[in-house]
Amino acid sequence: MTLIRRILLRLLTTAITLFGVAVIVFFVIRVVPGNPVAMMLPPGATDDDIARLKALYGLDKTIPEQFLIWLGGVLHGDFGTSITTRQPVLSLVLSRLPATIELSIMALVIAMIIGGALALTGTRKRGTKVEGTIDVTNGVALSVPDFLWGLVLILLFGVLWPIFHISGRISPSIDLPFSTNFYLFESVLRLRFDIWADLVSHMFMPSLALAIPLAAIIAQLLKQSLKETMHLDYVTLARTKGYDENHVITREALPNAVLPTLTLIGVQFTFLIGGTVIIERLFSYEGLGNMAIDAVINRDLPLIQGIVILFALIFTAVNLVVDLTYAALNPRLRNG
Amino acid sequence: MSFLTIENLNARVGTAPILRDVSLSVEAGEVRGLVGESGAGKSMIGKAVLGTLPTAVEIESGRIVLDGEDLQALKPRDRRRVIGAKAALIPQDPLTALNPSRRVGPQITNRLVDILGWTRADAGHRAAELLDEVSIPDPERVMRAYPHELSGGMRQRILIASAFAAEPKLIIADEPTTALDVTVQKQILRLIRQMQARHGTALLFVTHDLGVVSKVCQSLTVLFGGMVLEDTRVEQFFARPGHPYSAALLAATPKYTDPDASLTPVPDAVIAGVEAEIEAHDRMHGHV
Repeated sequence: MTLIRRILLRLLTTAITLFGVAVIVFFVIRVVPGNPVAMMLPPGATDDDIARLKALYGLDKTIPEQFLIWLGGVLHGDFGTSITTRQPVLSLVLSRLPATIELSIMALVIAMIIGGALALTGTRKRGTKVEGTIDVTNGVALSVPDFLWGLVLILLFGVLWPIFHISGRISPSIDLPFSTNFYLFESVLRLRFDIWADLVSHMFMPSLALAIPLAAIIAQLLKQSLKETMHLDYVTLARTKGYDENHVITREALPNAVLPTLTLIGVQFTFLIGGTVIIERLFSYEGLGNMAIDAVINRDLPLIQGIVILFALIFTAVNLVVDLTYAALNPRLRNG
Repeated sequence: MSFLTIENLNARVGTAPILRDVSLSVEAGEVRGLVGESGAGKSMIGKAVLGTLPTAVEIESGRIVLDGEDLQALKPRDRRRVIGAKAALIPQDPLTALNPSRRVGPQITNRLVDILGWTRADAGHRAAELLDEVSIPDPERVMRAYPHELSGGMRQRILIASAFAAEPKLIIADEPTTALDVTVQKQILRLIRQMQARHGTALLFVTHDLGVVSKVCQSLTVLFGGMVLEDTRVEQFFARPGHPYSAALLAATPKYTDPDASLTPVPDAVIAGVEAEIEAHDRMHGHV
């Protein structure tokens, strides 16, 4: 299958997936108890007021009718208006998206660095106490969920040894000269390293909390995969050529051992993005996840729908990127 | 002067001895067969020389001297460098001995560039020359190919070319034809022999096939249970084997001249005799 056909097929399945997600979320949030109109009106509002407000937001129609109206809008790029803020859902969601993308990517990078380093060290020192220590550390890191790591980090670096900011995305005193909401990327591009440092100081704990469980998974799987690869004949042959063990591990074994890990990182990364919802809340980080919780609390139906669709889109995009990377790294799948 | 000398090498896994006082030497330019059944320790000797023993195997005592360098006395990193510069391996299975994610060319030239300090261009010329020498058509194209694009026979030729790339004085061939078709086996054997003669390389040929030994080798070492039973010239071995086990092994080899003859296994009495020898050896050396 050619690359283009593979991408087209993927786009088609993405469209089907998104439609499914849209249907489910639309109906579920309308079936569960809780009424946005009741939350918007003061106590003692008349039935007339309620009916008028319902008509204003189209909530007087049947749910399938509402769905078709909403779907029609979405196909034209209109995701509706947030009930609580009266602003278009699309612009609200897009303004928060960069914060979550930056947080997730930072967490992913940290997880890959820590996980990769642990896997390589464990392989280099296999059969020694160092490997045992790494295995135990992995076990502990895996059995504690990300939000608990968040609390542990707050205790460590926010209370006992307060060297990082524990809440928000950026210090309010900073005057932002940026034109996009990708603050971290833009601070690097504009060489504003003072702002960059402030951003990193805010992101450090939430991203580390998200990264720790993923780092442990990466370390465990990559180490296992490396261990199997180290017994293969081409690795032995490289040893007889005079290469030292570090070269043998990183140059001969790693490129092959990393492939199965890569697929798993893709799946796990989507879990990590899911984890941002609670972690952003914990650290009052102004991202999509934090907005999602507010939207649910306020029963802001259009906003919930928009956020969920966007999350679904991110998940499928991540999977696509993983598949393409996998094909690029594995010569046996190219032109295959 | 021998290029490789192994003196009283003892190795074990846990408490089980797998090499028992093995001594042998390979003269410069000599082709020596290392013969034995599965588990006799013949591959272990090759691995011990090349420093690729499994981690579970522990060398207890003995010396391995490669071109005057006592390998056991060197630090692991230096040992690898010495081995990489002076010796090479032709592996058993060409399908698994090339790295699937790298092009063939760099796999032939990487030792020259990284270990011996050649320039990339020189190494590339050398690789093309060698591929030509092992009768691979269109070397430039093959060097750009990935292993999965080539046949098993081609890959074994590439591995042979790669083994000879640095002009090592010793090549260890670990059953290099076992994984190949019978028709390809013959060509590969002839090729190894030709290359060996042309380059004057000493060859330690690990095999269980006495037919191969008679075609390729000048001398041979017979192993059983990690112990050397006989060390002799090939003509001598086939005319008058010096050990009852050798004689039985020779009698057990199927003969093309008499295809209808039934196969003769090595008699149990002979095996029992060898095992008694091993037991006596272990008792003398303090193993139970």
